[in-house]
Amino acid sequence: MSAENVLFDAPGPRARLRHNILTVVGVVLLAAILWVVYRRMAEANQLEPYLWQPYVTDAAVWTSYILPGLQATLEAAAISMVLAGVYGLVFGMGRLSEHRPIRWVSSVVVEFFRSVPVLLMMVFFFYGYFARADWLSSTMAPLAAVVLGLTLYNGSVIAELVRSGVHSLPKGQAEAGLSIGLTPTQTLRSIQLPQALRAMLPALIGQLVVVLKDTALGTVVLYPELLTQGGRTLGSAYGNVIPAYIVVAVIFIVINYALTVVAGRVESRMKRKRRSAGGPQTNAMPGAPGGEGTMESSGVGGDNVQNIDATSR
Amino acid sequence: MGDFFSNYDILGAFWVTVQLSVLSAIGALVIGTVVAVLRISPVGVLRLIGSLYVNLIRNTPLTLLMVSSILGLTFILGLQISEQNTRNAYWWAVIMLSVYHAAFVCEAIRSGVNTIPAGQAEAARSIGLTFGQSMREVLLPQAFRGAIAPLGSTLIALIKNTTVAAVILGTAEAAGLLAQITENEGASLPLFFVFALGFVVLTLPIGIGITNLSRRLAVKR
Repeated sequence: MSAENVLFDAPGPRARLRHNILTVVGVVLLAAILWVVYRRMAEANQLEPYLWQPYVTDAAVWTSYILPGLQATLEAAAISMVLAGVYGLVFGMGRLSEHRPIRWVSSVVVEFFRSVPVLLMMVFFFYGYFARADWLSSTMAPLAAVVLGLTLYNGSVIAELVRSGVHSLPKGQAEAGLSIGLTPTQTLRSIQLPQALRAMLPALIGQLVVVLKDTALGTVVLYPELLTQGGRTLGSAYGNVIPAYIVVAVIFIVINYALTVVAGRVESRMKRKRRSAGGPQTNAMPGAPGGEGTMESSGVGGDNVQNIDATSR
Repeated sequence: MGDFFSNYDILGAFWVTVQLSVLSAIGALVIGTVVAVLRISPVGVLRLIGSLYVNLIRNTPLTLLMVSSILGLTFILGLQISEQNTRNAYWWAVIMLSVYHAAFVCEAIRSGVNTIPAGQAEAARSIGLTFGQSMREVLLPQAFRGAIAPLGSTLIALIKNTTVAAVILGTAEAAGLLAQITENEGASLPLFFVFALGFVVLTLPIGIGITNLSRRLAVKR
């Protein structure tokens, strides 16, 4: 955000004129887009009140479609996130293990599941195993497929977060642990991981957004989540397909935007804390081992947050 | 295993994946660059448009965009690209993939701009370069280098996300085809590994290439 102030001179008279013209152009552009959307919708009779009224007048729209769908979405996301956390921790530690075979196996597993599309896993688990399994009820089978797919992918992303989090810690932390006689595993568990996990918190919240959005893939394996229930089913029950999708989109956007804001707050708060903890060292040269060094690495962590946000859908 | 290859068009499905990836990558790069320019422009309204786009698109599931492009935009609003249904779905998939990933491309470029220390822009201005010159000679080259890594991960995500197009393309695309084969023939782990390997082959070289490139081009600070 500070970029504007840096990239541009304070505008003079000519630049101000240009900015005013561009402002007008921008407003016209925005208005034109909204108008085209409005015209299209009106021409297709999508703005007729009877399409939108059920949302206010008919409680069943919420109680039998949207809310159950939202619940299913949140359920799948919550279960997947918890399992992904466990999986990520185990394999993240595996990748940091001192034993080569463990490190090797963990790396292969993590890299594999990170590069396979989630949908590919979901359809394979569902049509290949869960839909055929007689030990799973037909309502549980889709949930199992969604959760397993999301867990394997997001767990692998979290494993990478754990690894990069530990690597971004100053070297002295591990050295101090080893020098007081802790084994490498103890050092990892009781010194490095707690710090790395704290630094990972914003990225973890960001990952939650990814999980929430990806639950919508459940629609392919017949999981009754928000998109299926509040979009497809509701849309065909009430004959208001377009309003149904718009409402579902708004719900997703509100929840995910709120999570993004929370992640941003947590991150800036942690940065502030670290800066004040760094004290006089904060003005050190970038190469200095102390204060600024840690800040640098936390910056890389911050970048990772963005990378991973982008990596995901 | 050979049966699968002779009975189903697996290579064809992956060819569609490659086509979708290339076309949408170009689309996403173009739209994303435009939105990024809007987001760092000195005009408030343009910045607003840019950030609206990013925040709305980024927080919507791609699946929702895909499904609504056919069930909503084509069937109800009559926005049909081609008379032929499969072609129509194909181009809508390209559009939605482009639109969706453009939001991430925009953020990647912006994060590239943000890696430039303030001193660079100040120095460029203080030696008398005009805005255009300082952009061209000093800022954009650095911004581009800083954006390579996040752009690369966006590209990899895009390739994997082409599978989401299965919801409108059906079996023409890899994930849809795997679903069909598995439904018909039962679970076959080797087959799953073939599909998975397909994506590893598509994404791994890009990942390695991007890492090398961003390391080689990194601006030493």
